[in-house]
Amino acid sequence: MEGCLRKDEGCPQLLDLIPKNTEWLVQRDEQRRSGSSEEKKLELRLGPPGEDSRERNESPLSLGYFSNKVSMTHTNNSGTKRGFIDTIDRKILNNNGGQTQNPVETALSSPWPSSFSQGKAPQCLPVMGKESSQPCCTKGVLDAKQKAFSPPSVNTAVPNSSQKRAALASASTAPAPVVGWPPIRSFRKNLASSSSAKMPPESQNVVPDKVASEKPVGGCRKGMFVKINMDGVPIGRKVDLKAYDSYEKLSYAVDELFRGLLAVQRDSSAVGIQNKQEEEKVITGLLDGSGEYTLVYEDNEGDRMLVGDVPWHMFVSTVKRLRVLKSSELSMLCLGSKQDKISLDAALK
Amino acid sequence: MAYSFPEEVLEHVFSFIHSDMDRNAVSLVCKSWYEIERWCRRRIFVGNCYAVNPSIMIRRFPEVRSVELKGKPHFADYNLVPEGWGGYVYPWIAAMAGAYPLLEEIRLKRMVVSDEALELISRSFKNFKVLVLSSCEGFATDGLAAIAANCRYLRELDLQESEVDDPSGHWLSHFPDSCTSLVSLNIACLGSEVSFSALERLVARCPNLRTLRLNRAVPLERLPSLLRRAPRLVEFGTSAYSAELRPDILSNLAEAFSGCTELKGLSGFWDVVPAYLPAIYSICSGITSLNLSYATIQSPDLIKLVSQCHNLQRLWVLDYIEDSGLDALAASCKDLQELRVFPSDPFVPEPNVSLTEQGLVSVSEGCPKLQSVLYFCRQMSNAALVAIARNRPNLIRFRLCIIEPRCPDYLTLEPLDSGFGAIVENCKELRRLSLSGLLTDRVFEYIGTHAKKLEMLSIAFAGDSDLGLHHILSGCESLRKLEIRDCPFGDKALLANAAKLETMRSLWMSSCSLSYGACKLLGQKMPRLNVEVIDERGPPDSRPESCPVEKLYIYRTVAGPRFDMPDFVWTMDEDAALMPS
Repeated sequence: MEGCLRKDEGCPQLLDLIPKNTEWLVQRDEQRRSGSSEEKKLELRLGPPGEDSRERNESPLSLGYFSNKVSMTHTNNSGTKRGFIDTIDRKILNNNGGQTQNPVETALSSPWPSSFSQGKAPQCLPVMGKESSQPCCTKGVLDAKQKAFSPPSVNTAVPNSSQKRAALASASTAPAPVVGWPPIRSFRKNLASSSSAKMPPESQNVVPDKVASEKPVGGCRKGMFVKINMDGVPIGRKVDLKAYDSYEKLSYAVDELFRGLLAVQRDSSAVGIQNKQEEEKVITGLLDGSGEYTLVYEDNEGDRMLVGDVPWHMFVSTVKRLRVLKSSELSMLCLGSKQDKISLDAALK
Repeated sequence: MAYSFPEEVLEHVFSFIHSDMDRNAVSLVCKSWYEIERWCRRRIFVGNCYAVNPSIMIRRFPEVRSVELKGKPHFADYNLVPEGWGGYVYPWIAAMAGAYPLLEEIRLKRMVVSDEALELISRSFKNFKVLVLSSCEGFATDGLAAIAANCRYLRELDLQESEVDDPSGHWLSHFPDSCTSLVSLNIACLGSEVSFSALERLVARCPNLRTLRLNRAVPLERLPSLLRRAPRLVEFGTSAYSAELRPDILSNLAEAFSGCTELKGLSGFWDVVPAYLPAIYSICSGITSLNLSYATIQSPDLIKLVSQCHNLQRLWVLDYIEDSGLDALAASCKDLQELRVFPSDPFVPEPNVSLTEQGLVSVSEGCPKLQSVLYFCRQMSNAALVAIARNRPNLIRFRLCIIEPRCPDYLTLEPLDSGFGAIVENCKELRRLSLSGLLTDRVFEYIGTHAKKLEMLSIAFAGDSDLGLHHILSGCESLRKLEIRDCPFGDKALLANAAKLETMRSLWMSSCSLSYGACKLLGQKMPRLNVEVIDERGPPDSRPESCPVEKLYIYRTVAGPRFDMPDFVWTMDEDAALMPS
């Protein structure tokens, strides 16, 4: 393929942005002795983006709202797998009965003063503060956050992570998995998690007590990634269900994953990023049909189900794929999926 | 001299040159060799499907029989590349369908393969023989059914680690009764049950079957009947290796295994019930490759198994093997070349097994042929790394993952710079290296100075300034792939070494300190590079130029910017409109 290089104007062998290599070499020694002259220079150029503070400030935090409501609906019908229509009806009914509001949101939304994030040095603090202020907020959420606010300047990188670790340790939860770390293929994680989930009872006996007692072979061992797509957002994502242990945490994470993307999508044609950030709306009511969107999943038999309909562990062991649907299109879609299923069955015969 | 040979003679001579690099060198000798070589090139390897395009490939190499293509960046394995990034194979298949009617082999890695693409393959190449889909996605069993039904001479169907939508296992029954040519069938990644009777019949009528890797859904008690129908298997991947404990199943299984005298490789072993492991003891002495990386069995069982495999060359295993198991491995497997130890529970803060750096040190002492290591652990010391480097200067691949990022030498609390320094200094043939633990810029100075043959380097949570990246880019002269995440490397090092990037296949940097302005500059000044910013927060030009980009993927290309970018990828050459087209 070498023969086909484009014949462009010759490209520069070395971009003359760095005055001279020699100078760099000198600086190198200097730096080793004195620490971070290099870093300081860079810092000036690579200041943190102004928008970050705004991004940080608005967070959904509608946890209390979710947890009450969800636990109430869930205890009712544990164990039964129900079709689409009746559950929708039920939920809509429920919904009309209860009020939709999210009072918690305003109360909790800004755990740190906004001036905090202006200065450069405490760049890391907001992240930490946020984590510790929400002990029940989950790991995947942190991922997203960490990514969004990944340290823009050189010297924040290290303290950021170590402080994060400290914060986590004190919160006495498992460490938040950083996306893609440790570097294990999502494929491997998936296999292994379902492996332990499906492990037959007799095999548990042969596992030495030590391990057996530490973790019941119920399988919260590895990540379990499922795809998730959202109406109106072209980019699919994956969520690690093992990082959550309840529906409300999942729905919180879904909000984190898609809120920004959705906002971008909505006004990708218009306005600058400034406005965009403010227009981001919290995605709520995913579980009870009260919001603009509803979370559904495809189970291992190919059926579409409403998320929140069966006990969490049963959901985790059968879910194949997640989808965030426009609530307004739920009923239409339900018909469609039934037809699909029928035609699929016919094709198999 | 060369001109005195007739073309046919040179063509014949060239046909004995198999290595891609040598063929490339041949084509550079003179114009006539270039011409002769391109007409007789049968195999093509494209390490990045965006580095060239199908029409360029077809124009230069008109008589290709075998194509291997790679798509997404390696970090896609770890979920760092957003869904929908690209890597679509369909345009390639469509172009080759017209140009290469005699195409026999397609090997794809990390590409998006649609059912339509599979169907097109099955209809377009009459003599099609080999389809390998490695870590691919986007297709379902319908596409596989088309391959099964239409590729009459299919020898190899390998779906290793692909993500297949598989609503039904009926696709296997689409292999016609006339299909007897299969040599290799790997369906280990399929989630749903396959039709066992179809599988059994297929295996029975393919006398040359050497490799069979099942998915977990085949019941253990069915394995004997499969094995008896394929007595010449060399590689066998079991299904879920568990069943209710019954002596008759065990003896039946043991007998079936002992009939497969040529078996050299075993894998699968999901959900292992250790009581069934003795079924394979009789063939252990012939085994050279053992993949137990899904087998959640404890150290004593692993020791019993591994210590019977005296000819073992490759072992993949979970960290349940512990230091004691690795000691046993070091004592009994003197031919071991490759060891991979995966974490059983990477997301808990405290170690759940007693696996330390010591296990790896033992293996490096006891196994003189060891050359490839992937090791996940929770503690490491410079002393251990120095010992490993001294014991095994023949290492070619060394990937160490200390699970906690930025974890120092646990004995001295020092960075692990000198340990990794010892590795690159002693292992002169090192081609692949993954770093982890607490590391300063100094380790990159060591690497840049010593790792002259290093081709692929993975860096995470390391370094303290631009200088680290500068050492790598200015020092590692054989470097082809560099992937970096969460390191404080920025514009200066990248721009200063811009020319180096044209000698490499690709550079990935995510969560580093690269500004959008620098990416733009690089894209404008280096027309033969595609500089792609991946940013899911929205268009990067809506932020200040100094604002760091989320992810950057740079690769050299002769095809220009790609056209299938999703709306979270921006290529940095828009302003370079002066480029002659």
